[in-house]
Amino acid sequence: MRTAMKLFGALALLTATGAAIAAGGDVGQTVKQETNWTAIAMFVIFVAMTLWITKWAAARTTTAASFYTAGGGVTGFQNGLAIAGDYMSAASFLGISAAIMANGYDGLIYSIGFLVGWPIVTFLLAERLRNLGRFTFADVAGYRFRPGPIRSFAAAGTLVVVAFYLIAQMVGAGQLIKLLFGLDYWMAVVIVGVLMMVYVLFGGMTATTWVQIIKACLLLAGASFMAFAVLFHFGFNIEAMFAKAVEIKTNLALNDPKVVAKAAEQGKDLMEVAQDIGRSIMGPGNFVKDPISAISFGMALMFGTAGLPHILMRFFTVPDAKQARKSVLWATTWIGYFYILTFIIGFGAIIFVLTDPSFLDAKGTLKGGSNMAAIHLADALGGNVFLGFMSAVAFATILAVVAGLTLSGASAVSHDLYATLFKDGKADSASELRVSRIATLCLGVVAVLLGIAFEKQNVAFMVSLAFAVAASANFPVLLLSVLWKDCTTRGAVIGGFLGLIAAVGLTIVSPAVWEDVLGNPKGSAWFPYTSPALFSMLAGFLGTWLFSVLDQSEQAKKERAAYAAQRVRSETGFGASVASGH
Amino acid sequence: MQNDIYERIRANPKYQRLVQERGRFGWIMTILMLIVYYGYIALIAFDKEFLAKPIGTGVTTLGIPIGAGVILFAIIITGIYVHRANTEFDALTEEIIKEAQK
Repeated sequence: MRTAMKLFGALALLTATGAAIAAGGDVGQTVKQETNWTAIAMFVIFVAMTLWITKWAAARTTTAASFYTAGGGVTGFQNGLAIAGDYMSAASFLGISAAIMANGYDGLIYSIGFLVGWPIVTFLLAERLRNLGRFTFADVAGYRFRPGPIRSFAAAGTLVVVAFYLIAQMVGAGQLIKLLFGLDYWMAVVIVGVLMMVYVLFGGMTATTWVQIIKACLLLAGASFMAFAVLFHFGFNIEAMFAKAVEIKTNLALNDPKVVAKAAEQGKDLMEVAQDIGRSIMGPGNFVKDPISAISFGMALMFGTAGLPHILMRFFTVPDAKQARKSVLWATTWIGYFYILTFIIGFGAIIFVLTDPSFLDAKGTLKGGSNMAAIHLADALGGNVFLGFMSAVAFATILAVVAGLTLSGASAVSHDLYATLFKDGKADSASELRVSRIATLCLGVVAVLLGIAFEKQNVAFMVSLAFAVAASANFPVLLLSVLWKDCTTRGAVIGGFLGLIAAVGLTIVSPAVWEDVLGNPKGSAWFPYTSPALFSMLAGFLGTWLFSVLDQSEQAKKERAAYAAQRVRSETGFGASVASGH
Repeated sequence: MQNDIYERIRANPKYQRLVQERGRFGWIMTILMLIVYYGYIALIAFDKEFLAKPIGTGVTTLGIPIGAGVILFAIIITGIYVHRANTEFDALTEEIIKEAQK
């Protein structure tokens, strides 16, 4: 059990500290497995299919608009699936199902945090984004603000979020592929990097969208099959499934020498202690250490979702506000459904994986690391072919997420920095397209190098940090620029940077980085909470408010005067950029 | 030219109604979501026992339907907003734009 906890800790250091296995989190250190040819064959089929789509998409990716937004011709339903494909990562599939296998109910709490941001996006941002923006979320804030400062801020906010998210994904990809396919770590990272560059470079948003759609369908289909197979086993009686899982956890505890010793030491009845452990999977455990961390972390997840640049960008791919709303509704539905499946899969893993000696090594821990829960379950339910299928899906999942991230990073460079800032909005479409491709290439190479450099590092904090930055820098600026008349460039830029610096700074001095990554002694972290969001979001909002109110310049007056027109456009969509006819 | 139209739209009482009603609706939904989610988090923070209480004689706890309920609530509340915005409010928006272009 102790070793199990240790292995599990690699992935979910967070579970122990009460933080998150984030939507695109870290899959932890893994052990290289035997080369799995079925999985590789399935994956090759997936790659062939996506490359064929990329070739088709490349013919259509001739302008900057088609590169950034697929020409704005994606339907709400397609975009909803693509958003889901962008958001459901391999780590949330493998990580959360593994967390549920280990701790039961706590895994559900993570899932819920990742879901509840979506309604907020719908109510406050989706249609306004679509009505005001064109290619990046900076277009929205840039509607009436001075392009120089606001674009620089938006590019910084985007690139910081993308960088941390991307590193976490690359390291996760390397570990996962080493695990699933039996390839070397560096090879896995290079394959992911090259494929992602091919999709984005040639196919732009069109290819990225379809990779995400296909991946979402495969992942949802695979996860549905697993969850239904588990439920089928119990005649769709969910109480019977839970009862079996509790019974198994109780028996495991009964046979755990540590539990036996502890019960004897405290003079308690062993059976009672074991039953308590068994039942503990049905209620909340260590997720919440203190209420401040819980609230702060909840805020990072909820509002971070509304500030993730690769997610925001997806709203510009649909023709109008109606489709934008439809896409979030579909995305929320699929993501919510997916998290319910993950919950059942986690319990299925307790029942079918923890009890099967063929999935355990000599020490009684999961072969290949605790993250293998869902993968072993695939083997138990559907044999080797289905195991190969789910492994390929996990790989495809990473590809879809990194492609979306890279595309949004590249757009920040080419659209916000190059076209708007350096060329003063006068760059022609061809040169902007060229710059975005160069940016993609650079980002891809950097991502591969960082992925290799961070192999042995603990990157678990990076996704939480990306969410915290998105919630504290991007979200306040976006929301206030859209809804608050008196917001000015100075306020938005200073407030946004304050939120950004606070989020990064507080994360560095929090236990997850200060102690676990930098190796300082336990208890020396200056900031005691799991997530900085409660404080850094406050910094972002208050900073934007204060420096806007104090701003009495001529420019500020002009910006306030321009709000009326902006408001009309954001509410009615009149004058919004339209689909470019694909 | 476009600014004239914006002015005309702003002067239309229908536009005022749209902004007010949809805005209020959006904020009410946002607050409902915040109450449900942070209510759930507060339950976990302050009353774990409640969520761990079994329903009836089985092992299924109150936490299971409540957790699943939060997920369903998020989906349903989004659905309600999108439905009303895509029918009632979009029809009103169309009218406003048409009147402004006359």
